[in-house]
Amino acid sequence: MSQHITGAESLVKSLEHADVEVVFGIPGGAILPVYDPLMDSPSVRHILVRHEQGAGHAAEGYAAASNRVGVCMATSGPGATNLVTPIADAHMDSVPMVAITGQVPSAAIGSDAFQEADIRGITMPITKHNYLVTRAEDIPRAIKEAFHLASTGRPGPVLVDITKDALQASAEFIWPSNIDLPGYKPTTKPHGRQIKEAARMIVDAHRPVFYVGGGVIRSQAHRELRQLAELTGIPVVTTLMARGAFPDSHQQHMGMPGMHGTVGAVGALQKADLLIVLGARFDDRVTGKLESFSPKSKVIHIDIDPAEIGKNRYADIPIVSDVREAISQLIPAVTAEFDAGNRADLTAWWITLNHWRETYPLGYDQPTDGTLSPQYVIERLGKIAGPEAIYAAGVGQHQMWAAQFIGYENPNTWLNSGGLGTMGYSIPAAMGAKVGAPDKTVWAIDGDGCFQMTNQELATCTINDIPIKVALINNASLGMVRQWQNLFYNERYSNTDLHSHSVPDFVKLADAYGCHGIRVSTAEEVDKAIERSMEINDAPVVIDFQVHRDAMVWPMVAAGTGNDEIQFARDLAPQWERGDD
Amino acid sequence: MARHTLSILVQDQPGVLARISALFSRRGYNIESLAVGTTETEGVSRMTVVVNVDQHALEQVTKQLNKLINVLKIVELDDSTAIARELMLIKVKADDNSRSKVLELVELFRAKIVDVSGDAVTIEATGSIDKLEAFLNVLAPHGIKEIVQSGVVALARGGRSIADRSNKNSERSI
Repeated sequence: MSQHITGAESLVKSLEHADVEVVFGIPGGAILPVYDPLMDSPSVRHILVRHEQGAGHAAEGYAAASNRVGVCMATSGPGATNLVTPIADAHMDSVPMVAITGQVPSAAIGSDAFQEADIRGITMPITKHNYLVTRAEDIPRAIKEAFHLASTGRPGPVLVDITKDALQASAEFIWPSNIDLPGYKPTTKPHGRQIKEAARMIVDAHRPVFYVGGGVIRSQAHRELRQLAELTGIPVVTTLMARGAFPDSHQQHMGMPGMHGTVGAVGALQKADLLIVLGARFDDRVTGKLESFSPKSKVIHIDIDPAEIGKNRYADIPIVSDVREAISQLIPAVTAEFDAGNRADLTAWWITLNHWRETYPLGYDQPTDGTLSPQYVIERLGKIAGPEAIYAAGVGQHQMWAAQFIGYENPNTWLNSGGLGTMGYSIPAAMGAKVGAPDKTVWAIDGDGCFQMTNQELATCTINDIPIKVALINNASLGMVRQWQNLFYNERYSNTDLHSHSVPDFVKLADAYGCHGIRVSTAEEVDKAIERSMEINDAPVVIDFQVHRDAMVWPMVAAGTGNDEIQFARDLAPQWERGDD
Repeated sequence: MARHTLSILVQDQPGVLARISALFSRRGYNIESLAVGTTETEGVSRMTVVVNVDQHALEQVTKQLNKLINVLKIVELDDSTAIARELMLIKVKADDNSRSKVLELVELFRAKIVDVSGDAVTIEATGSIDKLEAFLNVLAPHGIKEIVQSGVVALARGGRSIADRSNKNSERSI
């Protein structure tokens, strides 16, 4: 028997059919019809956040930690526009996300009605696809397609905007049995001939590097990557989005490349004769000035998005494929080449790489005035919380230090806003991650600038029993901007002093939110505070690490310069000669 | 930089024109001409877009367009193997002294007069972009008061239709 239900009920049922376990959101006028049946859903948990941006980043954090689709919900107008930043963030970092927004009744669309915003138009450039649904009977198909699009191919955000009259009208509920998207057929399997050619190029190269991007994490290709890396003995670099895709402790890991990468990783890319690019996109923060990036290398570029191939760098061997599938096929192809006796000697390459690694390790100077070093705090956190924890960073200096000084051994343990660089990502993303991986310890590593953009979600954490831990790297400044002012603007610190060693009092703020607040201002207190936090599981913890404000992120490739001009400390450039041909 | 004509088959859905035109602008490519209309298949529209870009940009814009879910197929039509036409309405100053000279030009370019008044004529002309440009050049001395153009539409020569050509995403590599 056909069953007629309201569009709102049909939406909730659709979410249940899509196996949604949690939705982060805030109700409001246009989406209100949904919240009534949502209350009765046996399987969909709704977490009431304090700001829609928090809902969006929480959905991202949930997705990044669990490899499931994150879901957020908001009302029309300002509710929807507050989702714009996290949607853009998810688009840049290929995070599978479905955003559901209420819209004014279809008859009112275009009339500048109360809380009307054309969110479909607004989000067109920052979604993989989006929908405006005006009829109740169209809701199940839109939701089914949205989850399919968000989670397959190159993942990304999909927005479904539903008018209030569609939510209130009734229609028969039919969960579509098929997906009918004639214009969407991602290529997930590599071309066999290309794989063979790639294998031949790999075994012939004398200075090859695996340039590993976030795609390896999204496609869960870390095991295959390790197998291929160990089979070939080729060095690996992991980008900011790929930290954890390959164990940091592994001998073949040269670290993170890019603007604040290790000398070894940057040097490996620069001097390579072959880049094997796996789910990465030659972002400007990795390449520096494109014209001088890795000038002598050939490129095998494997990505599921054909538009990334050849976008910034010509690919000698383009392979459009799911990266896990492609690596799985490369393993036997390379093995066959080895069996046929084709194998270049990498000894000289490794001598060069090891020389760079030993000569220019990551490091930092302890402040001489007795104040606390931010790098030390992050390093200790990584040691004590360990590689099983999940770390979600904000954006800025603390993010770079967290990428550098924590040892990542597993995928989905490092969450950050890489492409968009969204300050305020950390707290809500950590909250979402804790919901997606409740058995893991989740640390937000945040700056005092970022923290003040989204810390209201601590209320959500406390009330919903989501005990995240926050390491607040409080240097009372917009630290990365201050670093640039120091280096490039004659130490004129225009509008970067936040005074947050005194205002606000973060310990009191934590207390006000029902969290445990701890203040740390000396090195001696660091371990104890972290250890104490690890024991607290009944509420969120905020440690206000009041750190030295003049610490800088090194190494650094200044914006607009080439990677060869990397400095591992102020005015100190590495000597490349050795091994350079 | 060179002129390229793209034929794009899209699902006829609200917002699809906005998706396509916005993609060009946000990726920094200027559309020289754009024409949209329905096709022989219900639910499918065809856009003819003319862009002036280099080969790398053309490849990039084609790939980005292919990522739009509502885009079904993209084919580049090049001048040697396709017919491209544009329709233009031109209002030209023409009084008793000059009208016969204008009419002569209209004849020469196989255009036609569709409206006449005391001081002007309105001409309907179709042809390739180059032909219409040439036509405008010879009309210019008489005083062009107003022009409006349809945008280029183009079709491949020969018996095969666009539907017979290889499908979007079917090629595994580029």
